[in-house]
Amino acid sequence: MIEVRLQPEPFDAGAELARLDRLGGGGVASFTGIVRGDDELVELLLEHHPEMTLTMMQGLAREAAERWHLLGITVIHRYGALRPGAPIVFVATAARHRGAALDACASLIDRLKTQAPFWKRETFADGRSQWVEARASDDMAAARWLRDEG
Amino acid sequence: MDVLYFAWVRERIGTERETIDPPPEVVDVRGLMAWLARRSPGHASALGDPARLRAAVDQQFVPPEAPIAGAKEVAIFPPVTGG
Repeated sequence: MIEVRLQPEPFDAGAELARLDRLGGGGVASFTGIVRGDDELVELLLEHHPEMTLTMMQGLAREAAERWHLLGITVIHRYGALRPGAPIVFVATAARHRGAALDACASLIDRLKTQAPFWKRETFADGRSQWVEARASDDMAAARWLRDEG
Repeated sequence: MDVLYFAWVRERIGTERETIDPPPEVVDVRGLMAWLARRSPGHASALGDPARLRAAVDQQFVPPEAPIAGAKEVAIFPPVTGG
């Protein structure tokens, strides 16, 4: 069961997890990304490609489901204007055993950061606004899953 | 073909999409960026430093040397920052 959503609305992580709990596996792992309020951030704006972003998310979810033989996977990414403390991204995986669930979840979130076409713009309390720069550490985190192949 | 711009590339150029008809000597993504950069000061500012840019042809990420022949859509953007 692969569920991938791209939406401006918030999501209910508890309800999403409950659905995966019922799939009969031995483990469900999840990650929820939250907008940090560093440096008096007042808004995080997420821009995306109208078609390519969802297609890429679906492809990454499908690859993870196959590689780790998942029973279920849910990937939700929000777009639009978000406030500090708001949930922004959610990945949850259900598998027969904990290792597959945890590795698949970590891999998905690393690969979403570097391979899904989203761009973030930060606006601060003093009116300053800037596009977030990509970080080399994110590329290295995603590349780890290529090296560990098999 | 349609060219789509995102993030600060879109802001500097002042539009999110334009339809263009590049001349035959423009064969790859790198050449397209150089050709587009001559369209306006905004284009020059957005596309003048290709090392800061990434691209997708027909919604697949590609390197600068990727051909554009037959492409319906080329997207040009900064490195992605999702998650």
